[in-house]
Order: sequence, then C-alpha cells, then structure tokens
Amino acid sequence: MAEATTGSSVERHEPPVPSAGTAVVASDKLENPGFEPFRPRVSDLSPIKERQNERRVGWMFLASIAGSVLAIAAYIVFPIHHGDPGSVRLNTLFLGLGITLGLFGLGFGAVHWSKSLMEGHDLVEMRHGTRGSEETRAKAVEVFTLGNKESGFTRRKLIRNTLIGALVAIPLPAIVLFRDLAPAADPVDQLKHTLWKKNTRLTRDPEGTPIKASDVTLGSVFHVIPDGLNDEEDHIEQKAKAAVLLMRLDPKDLHPSKGREDWAYNGIVAYSKICTHVGCPVALYEQQTHHLLCPCHQSQFDITHEAEVIFGPAKRPLPQLPIAVDSEGYLVAQSDFHEPVGPSFWERQL
Amino acid sequence: MTVEATKPAVHEPNGTRISTSDEQDLPLGRGMRFTNWAANYVDERTSMSGLVRELGRKIFPDHWSFMLGEVALYSFIVILLSGSFLTFFFQASMADVVYAGSYAPLKGVHMSAAMASTLNLSFDIRGGLLMRQVHHWAALLFVASIGLHMLRIFFTGAFRKPRELNWVIGFIMFILAMLEGFTGYSLPDDLLSGNGLRIIDGMVKGVPIVGTWISYLLFGGEFPGTSVVGMFYSLHILLVPAILLAAIGVHLVLLVVNKHTQFAGPGRTNDNVVGVPIMPVFAAKAGGFFFIIFGVIMLTASLVTINPIWLYGPYDPSPVSAGTQPDWYIGFADGALRLVPPGWEIMLGPYTLSLNIMVPLLVLPLFLAAVALYPFLEAWVTGDKREHHIADRPRNAPVRTAIGAAGVTFYAVLWSAASSDIIATHFRLTIEGVTHTIQALLFIGPVIAYIVTHRMCIGLQKKDREIALHGYESGRIVRLPGGEYIEVHEQLSDYERWKLVDFEDYKPLMLRPNKRGVIPVSERVRSVISGWFFEDRIAPVTKSEIEAQHHDHHDAVGAGKH
Repeated sequence: MAEATTGSSVERHEPPVPSAGTAVVASDKLENPGFEPFRPRVSDLSPIKERQNERRVGWMFLASIAGSVLAIAAYIVFPIHHGDPGSVRLNTLFLGLGITLGLFGLGFGAVHWSKSLMEGHDLVEMRHGTRGSEETRAKAVEVFTLGNKESGFTRRKLIRNTLIGALVAIPLPAIVLFRDLAPAADPVDQLKHTLWKKNTRLTRDPEGTPIKASDVTLGSVFHVIPDGLNDEEDHIEQKAKAAVLLMRLDPKDLHPSKGREDWAYNGIVAYSKICTHVGCPVALYEQQTHHLLCPCHQSQFDITHEAEVIFGPAKRPLPQLPIAVDSEGYLVAQSDFHEPVGPSFWERQL
Repeated sequence: MTVEATKPAVHEPNGTRISTSDEQDLPLGRGMRFTNWAANYVDERTSMSGLVRELGRKIFPDHWSFMLGEVALYSFIVILLSGSFLTFFFQASMADVVYAGSYAPLKGVHMSAAMASTLNLSFDIRGGLLMRQVHHWAALLFVASIGLHMLRIFFTGAFRKPRELNWVIGFIMFILAMLEGFTGYSLPDDLLSGNGLRIIDGMVKGVPIVGTWISYLLFGGEFPGTSVVGMFYSLHILLVPAILLAAIGVHLVLLVVNKHTQFAGPGRTNDNVVGVPIMPVFAAKAGGFFFIIFGVIMLTASLVTINPIWLYGPYDPSPVSAGTQPDWYIGFADGALRLVPPGWEIMLGPYTLSLNIMVPLLVLPLFLAAVALYPFLEAWVTGDKREHHIADRPRNAPVRTAIGAAGVTFYAVLWSAASSDIIATHFRLTIEGVTHTIQALLFIGPVIAYIVTHRMCIGLQKKDREIALHGYESGRIVRLPGGEYIEVHEQLSDYERWKLVDFEDYKPLMLRPNKRGVIPVSERVRSVISGWFFEDRIAPVTKSEIEAQHHDHHDAVGAGKH
C-alpha cells in the first residue's frame, strides 16, 4: 500500500481450475468424431436450381411490394362509414391482409434467401472463459484499491458512515410524496358507510325509479340502487358500495336470526350485491335454490339462511339491508348496512 | 496511428477473403463509392468498425427452439410500434363523457373519456381497430413466447454457469411483461377490465395492515375513483417499457458475452460455438423471421377479434357477465383465488386477516421465486463450478426435467381453475365438482407429472444407451448356419452416436467430514438432495463399453456379418 506504482498492491495468482463438483469425468469418454462432411444443398450443385431459388426470392420481395400497395389501396377503397360496423370490418380485414402480404413477402423472401442461397457451411468460433484474464482482474482490483487509498473511503470512517446514512435517507421523501395520491380523509371511515340511510327509497338500477312492494312478485329479483344515487358527484364510487339485490321468497323459506326478524318485508329481502371475497357483483340468482352465485370466483350464498357462504372462497355472508315500506307503499331502507360491505380489510371490525 | 491505416486482408474460418480498402484499384460504381464514403464518415466519428469487427461475424448456432426468445423480442417490437400508434388517439382520462361516436348501440351512454376514445379509435379511425388488435395479439404472444423461451432454457439447462444472472434478468422481464399486460388491459375502462381492477382492489384490501391504504392510494380515493387509468397509463407506456427495454439490452449484451449455447453434436464442444455468422446468414434469417412474426400477428389481427369492449360496455360496479375470463397470463392468479376453500378468514384480536386472499398472494410469489432461484439450487447441489455451453437434452437430466414438468402442471392446474365455470357449463358438470377436482389436482397433478416424467426420461436414456451400444434394429432377419435366427442391428455412425453420449453425468454426493472433522448440516441436506437428483443416474456409453460390445459381437455372430 505504500507506493502507488502499478500492480504493487495486488497479489497475483493463477486462474483456479473450477471444481467439477459431483460430475463424473470418465477417463475413457468417447472422442468427439469432429465435423460431419458438408452436405451440399440442391442449389449448391445445380446452377438451374440456384437461378430458380434466386427468382423465387425476387418474386417474394415483389409480392411484398404488392402487399404494401394493396394496403394503401384498401385504406382508400374501404373507408369507414359512420354508423356502419360492416365498413369497419372490411377496412380492418383488407388493410390487415395487405400489410400481412407485405410482411410475409419480406420475411419469407429473406429466410429463403439465407437458407437456399447464402453460404451454407457452418463456421466455428472459439469460446473464452467469461471470467476476465488474471491481468485484467488484477488491474480492476488495483483500480479499486487506488480509489480507496486516494479517497480514504475505508480509513475515514466518519465520512463513510455518514455517506451511507445520507444515501439511505435521501429516497425517504419520495415515500411521503405519494400520500396525496388520495384525498385527506380516512379510508376506513368511508368503507364503513354507504349512501343508504333511514327511509332512502330502493330504486331500480340503472333507471332510478322507486319500487313498490306490490311490484315484487314471488321469485322475482331486482337490481337496486339507493334513491338519488345518479345525482351524486361520485355516483360510481357510491354505487360500488351501495348496489343491492332484492328478492322475494316465501316467508316460510327465510330463517332470520334473532334481532333480524323485521329486516325483511313480506318475504322481500335485500342483500349487498358486492361479494365479500374480492368485490365482484354477485349477480347470478338461482331462483329454485335461492342461491346467489358470484361469477368471478364462484362463491355461493344461501339467501334462505341470511346469505351465508355455502361454497367458494368467500368467508362472510353478504350484508343484509334492513327494509320496510313507506306510507306510499314504496320499499325503503330502515338504515345503512350494519357492517361494511364488500371485501374484507384489516380494520374492518375496528 | 495513420501508419496502420492500410489494413491487412482478413481471412475467415471458411477461407473466403473479404475485400478491404487496399483493393481500391478496382473501378467502383456510384453506389459503392457512396457506401464507402458513408462508412468512413461514420467510423471516423464513432469507431463503429471495431464493433462490426467484433460482432459482424459472430457465430449463432441453429436449432428451432432457439427461435422462442426471438419471437418474444420481435413481438415486443411489434408492441412498441402498434402501441405508439394507439397513444396518438387514446385519452387516458376517466372524465365522464357522453359517447357520440359511430357505434350506435352505445350512443348517448355515459362513459369515461378512456372508453370513448378507445371506441373512437376502433370505429372512426381507419386501421385503428386493426392496430388495437395487433397490439393486443402481440401482447398475448409476447407473454406466451417468454414463457416458452423460459421453458426451453429450463429444460435444456441453459441457465447453468455462466448464465444464471441472465436467467434472473429474463425472469424479471417475464414479471414485467405480465405487469405490462395487466396495466394495458385496464386502460380502456370497460366493464371487463373494470371488474379485473375490482378484483385487484379486493386483493389489495386483503393485505394485512397496509392493504386498505394501498388500495386508497392506488385508486386515488375509493374504488374505482378517477385516477387509476392515468396512473396505469404512465406505468404502461413509460416506466415499465423503459425498464423492459433496459433489461432487454442487458439480456442481449450478456447473450453476446456468454455466446449462445448449442446442443451436443459432432465437432461441437464446450469450448467452441458452431453455426452461422451474423453477417449475412443470421441477419437475413432473423430479420426475415421478424417480418414473419409481424405478419402472423397482423394476419391474426385482421381476421380474429380480440377484446371487443363495445360488447361489454363502460365500467359499472353493478353488472357483470357470467363466464368472464382474464387474459391468459393472469389466469393462474385468478385460478389460485378460486381454489381457496370456504371460511379462510380469521380475526387477530380486532383485526381481520383474509387468509383466502393472503394464501394465494403468498403461494404465487413462492412458486415464482422457486422458478427464479432454481439455477442456484442446482448449482449448489452439483457443486459444479465449470462453465456449461452444451445444452442438455431434457432426458439427460431426469430429475430437473421431472421438477420442471411438476411445475408446469402446477401452473396449468391453477390456470385451468380460472376457467372452472366455463368447464362446468361446457361439459355440464357441477361447479362444486369441478372446483373440488381441480383442488385435488393441484396437489396430485404435480406428483403424477413428476413420477411419469422421471420414468420417461430414464426410459429414454436407457434406450439411447442401447442404441449407442448395439445400434438400431434394421428389420433384417438373418438365419445363421446353425439354424438360429437373428435380427441384424445396424451400428450408428460415429457422428450419430456422439449426439447420444455427449452429456454431463453426476453421481450422488459422498458425505465426508470437513477439515475440522465434522459434517455440517448444510452438507447433509445437500447430500440428501444430491441423492434424490442423481441416484438413478444412467451413465453415458464409454469407449471401453463400445469396444467390449464389438468383441462380444464378433464372438457371437462370427465373422459372417462384419
């Protein structure tokens, strides 16, 4: 380390022979027989065939030119007429076929040229170990050693350690920078409330017309949104929580638990449509079995038993919306859902 | 420096002589004069001649399976070209607009600007639908060809030293390609992609502690919010492609540094590479192949509809259609979600832990990590520190091949689970039956695949040995003077035999105490795995075996045949 002359600080050694590990190196391995004799192609032997292949390649390139021209022609000849999907189809088809011909002509021409006409002998190139030569490696070590010596990186511990600390700290502001991707409000609060509240009318999705209890016949099912949803600024976000399915069953088939006996009205029940697994709309209702099926991951909910999970990856029943009827005979909510709807989240029970 | 300007003529291995500047006495045509001037102009400013000298005649070995990586590269170029076109028309905005374009069924419908601009691109721009379909088909092909390329690398052992790092880089690109696919799929903001995002939202929310907040930030508030399309657009067209391009650059530089692997064959050794030079044969073949791949994508896009968002309509959190399917490469993740049995959610005090989300979210990364790290496991087990440039035939590494088959089966079962509802409706089965069968297959399938593949490899190796030793059956029956009938076996040529015998052979690790007289636990583990890998080994045929065989032959058949 005393002097900075070339190579003074570097210990030299010969390249090690890499271990073969548990490989079996047979002493009487068969010997490599060397290259097979070259098998000439037909165009190597016959000038007629060579000429034929040359013409073929030329034709393919010509076809490519024709394809490009046809594509431009198709662009003009098959315009899109507004309101006519058939014209879109023709435009797509012929423009695409023209370009395809252009591409195929070029591609097959070039490959055919290389395979049938270009020099066909295999060539040999020697490999060299990937590892740098001992001299190169010694030089590299020397560079680092000199760099360390001239800067005092390992000697000046104060500088080194504070540098590492500063480098660790410098990306941290980037983390807080992302906070304002979302508004200041707490997501947990928002996830626990929906647009439903006492006396909100149940309305049809998507028209927003109220539903009379007498319209809900036995066995029917309604896709429901809260009254006034369509006027909300964030109606898509609200709908993603407030969507409800309304079904009417024979009241004898329902098995409400204690405290939930009056959540239904005449066998009409309303359940959140948002799957408790990962939030797909549970849109398939099997009328005969009273099962709701989620088309995304096949969770099944039994409406006769408060939408408990009978199959699939979901764990929790769909939350029930307590409903009643107002003075005009329209269905209304008694309150919001009594638990958060949709997929589970960490703070759900807080 | 100027003294060295006259370059000697260069001789190529095949003996042809390349003309150099000292042959200027020949009269040159105008075109040639221009080419010479241009080449000189560039070289005097860039030293480009050095690069051409280094790379121009680099040798590439030939095998059909080496094309798979090329397919990935070329489809990526097609994606860049078609995607650039799409950006000129697409609006990455979730602002609410009323559609007024020429697709009649959706006229007057509220939708995001992203959806409306995608519809305009499809129905009002000539060639717009074609380019959308080129982009989507190319993306599907991109991920598929990366997957097949990885399988080729895996089953031929081309990930061994010195290529382990390139394997990891390729693996990262596979993940990035799926990310590209998913972000792109979400951009049109249609019903199908919106439901895909909804599932992502549900999965993110299932992550303990931070999930709720990550979802909140990702969607800029409550799902679906108005920012996710813009954010995905930045990721999709800027950040991820930039990383991908850089990774492709490193991948190809390492390919050049390490040179390509080749299969065993006469004249081919671990120290050479036999094949065609970049200039001109490989350049013509690969360049032509690019246009063929582009042509195949273009043809598919002109004939086959993909992602008809106008049939799905804009995103609405309430409707969903039965039988919805994600793009194929997301299937394995969706399938994993479907296979969780009911009831996997627990309470940790006041907190909810969604195991039905977390288990798939952990199993998939573990599976992918196993894929990424396998090369290092095998290197540790064999202890082989040499460089390997001869690609294995899959049969000659039976345990590796069987592990690969088990992994492929595991992936395929998860993938099929993503279509469990389609399988059930198509074959008139119950969804419960299909799901339970797939759940069982997830565990049994890989085991069966492992056993069957392992036995097949050993069987094929034995067959190879027999053919190398005894030749192949000629179908010619000969009656010997003593009345005995034999079938004459034709010996292989030396060239043919070499392909069957040139492979690496490992034996199980023998446990020995180290210098301090102890056997470390790690070595015991290694020994167990080594035994599992190599105890059924079939050694390649040796010279003495061939000679002994020839003697036997002479003794048995007599001089009559030879």
